[in-house]
Amino acid sequence: MTDTTHSFSRPFGISLRTVMPWLVATIVLLLLPFVFSANSTITVMNQMAITIIFALAYNMLLGQGGMLSFGHAVFMGIGGVFAVHVMSYVEVFGAPLPLPLLPIFGGIAGLIFACIIGSFSTRQAGTVFAMISLGVGELIAACSLIFVAFFGGETGVSADRTYGLPVFGVEFLRQSEVYYLIAGWLLLSVLLMYLYTRTPMGRMANAVRDNPERAEFLGYSARWVRFYSFIFSGFFAGIAGGLFALNYEIMTTENMSLVQSGKILLITFLGGMGFFVGPIIGAIVFTLLTTVLSRYTELGALYIGTIFVLTVMYCPRGLAGLLMMHEPAYRLGKLRLLLAPYLKLVIPGTVAVLGSAAVFEMLFHVRHATPGQHEMGLFGITFDSHSPFAWVIAIGGTLAAMVITRKLIPQINDAWHDANTVEGGAK
Amino acid sequence: MNHALELSDLKKSYGKAEIIRGVDLKIDKGERHAIIGPNGAGKSTLFNLITRRMAPTEGKVHLHGQDLHGLVPFKVNRMGLSRSFQISNIFPRLSVFENVRCALFYSMGFKYSFWTMVDRSKPLTEAADAIIEQINLTSRRDLPAGVLSYAEQRALEIGLTIAGGADVIMLDEPTAGMSNTETDYIVDLIRKVTVGKTLVMVEHDMGVVFGLADRISVLVYGQIVATGTPEEVRANPKVQEAYLGTAITAEH
Ligand SMILES: Nc1ncnc2c1ncn2[C@@H]1O[C@H](COP(=O)(O)OP(=O)(O)OP(=O)(O)O)[C@@H](O)[C@H]1O
Ligand SMILES: [Mg+2]
Repeated sequence: MTDTTHSFSRPFGISLRTVMPWLVATIVLLLLPFVFSANSTITVMNQMAITIIFALAYNMLLGQGGMLSFGHAVFMGIGGVFAVHVMSYVEVFGAPLPLPLLPIFGGIAGLIFACIIGSFSTRQAGTVFAMISLGVGELIAACSLIFVAFFGGETGVSADRTYGLPVFGVEFLRQSEVYYLIAGWLLLSVLLMYLYTRTPMGRMANAVRDNPERAEFLGYSARWVRFYSFIFSGFFAGIAGGLFALNYEIMTTENMSLVQSGKILLITFLGGMGFFVGPIIGAIVFTLLTTVLSRYTELGALYIGTIFVLTVMYCPRGLAGLLMMHEPAYRLGKLRLLLAPYLKLVIPGTVAVLGSAAVFEMLFHVRHATPGQHEMGLFGITFDSHSPFAWVIAIGGTLAAMVITRKLIPQINDAWHDANTVEGGAK
Repeated sequence: MNHALELSDLKKSYGKAEIIRGVDLKIDKGERHAIIGPNGAGKSTLFNLITRRMAPTEGKVHLHGQDLHGLVPFKVNRMGLSRSFQISNIFPRLSVFENVRCALFYSMGFKYSFWTMVDRSKPLTEAADAIIEQINLTSRRDLPAGVLSYAEQRALEIGLTIAGGADVIMLDEPTAGMSNTETDYIVDLIRKVTVGKTLVMVEHDMGVVFGLADRISVLVYGQIVATGTPEEVRANPKVQEAYLGTAITAEH
């Protein structure tokens, strides 16, 4: 799992090539609300942006620092809760705080809390660190029911963002206004987190991840290096929390639960923790996936879990790794050799995936629908979930698609070989 | 205080097993000192004690007259001592360039900086590339260190050790596993980069030892049985006994 981040760094100067991705990202972010203008879509995009920041912050630990945390949602949660309190304060006392600055308070809260936890948890990486993070996660979840004044107990804390100081007449009543605020923070946070990877501390984080002992013999305290990664990660998690608070105007215990911590681990892994863009891809795909799944099925968790297991087993470098695998072929200018075999895979592959899902859905329907209710709808078709005919079609179709997919694998392998060989297509 | 390193009555035991059994040794500034001895004599353990990779059971180590008691490796390193490892100890997922650059950060004053962009520091990049050139890995510059061949990793190991410009350099079997030409090259390099510095080296290759060392200590079962110039050591009957008279006399 090599770091590819160095591959697009041009020494001693800012070139068009380094600025390009950021420029494109800015333009895309500016234009998105015009393309997807529905309020519900903007809500999803806001969610996505917040998740991207959180996932990148998490990857400062996991991918870059080699620290597996099971309790990182706590930092986002505390940042968020603090931001809500600041928002209430503005509301009650009319403090002149422009809303766009609110996430900073979340960040600072995350940073301070990370300083406290990091002071003992970063002593070691590995299992010890993971266990402490789990313990802290549990601890805070329990505390949130004890320190009701801060965490708001079971109902959480809430506030109204519109009482803040208007910025150039914008009061953040509309979703799209909030979107631009979040998008701005997204760009800034991603840029800062990227730049951090290019500093001596960011580089040493990788070194300590690989070999803490050697780092010590080069003058660095592995513990301090971890501590820096940890507090900056806490800071950006707090920023994400501040944005969350601002967007939803409520923070509950659930936002800092182990479930959320697990989710961010999953997202980061899915996207690919070995690449800077990995968590971004993971956050986008995951948010889209959960949104779509939650709309159409009750078995979302099952599918997400399956995808996670398959990722761990078959592409441990995540989606970003899957993309990066194609870099050599791209450099050789032979990517098109792969196009035809991939296209051939689309239909049987899709049928196999959807077919398996159909089988699960039918099973679920048979087990959980109200008794006597035999009619179910799936992919726009209405049928009797108890009829043997439907089952034969579903299982038979799925198996057939799987067999065909399996048969296509050798072709893909051949094409892959050709696309990655220098001399030419001859085998 | 004229000594770069001073070991006094250094001891190390694992449970009942005494591995280092009272070592006294003074190494002058600017001296090239070789430690030789049969396998399992405790040479690497001695290195570990000096560099504070582990704490001695008893005894003291002074670096430039300063007691190293209770210090951790990174503190010792900052005092100007750098070491290599018998088993290559590199950053496998980082590129060769990144490996060497990490070895330069602290000594080039970057310390815990999280506000400077490493790619924009010309001196840093040039220094790293110069080291890579010296260890003959320029063609491997952007490969992950983990995929290098054994000999290449050994070269990188030495590169990491000398990069920071420490004034006491300790090498644990630097040429182990290298071919003859590689060995000759590395010995030349070691000679070059340790001019005016103190070198402590464990080495099995007697050609290397007698070619490079100003003084030699012979470690047998955790004790130094002889210390002196190459000629003195070669003539020492105790040494010939330890080596059964073979290695040393055969080579010269
Ligand atoms: N952690 C440990 N616990 C117990 N015994 C150890 C430990 N580490 C080393 N030893 C023992 O200490 C002795 C000295 O080991 P050391 O590695 O220092 O020898 P060496 O002189 O470097 O040998 P070589 O030439 O093979 O590198 C060996 O007998 C070894 O088995
Ligand atoms: Mg040894």
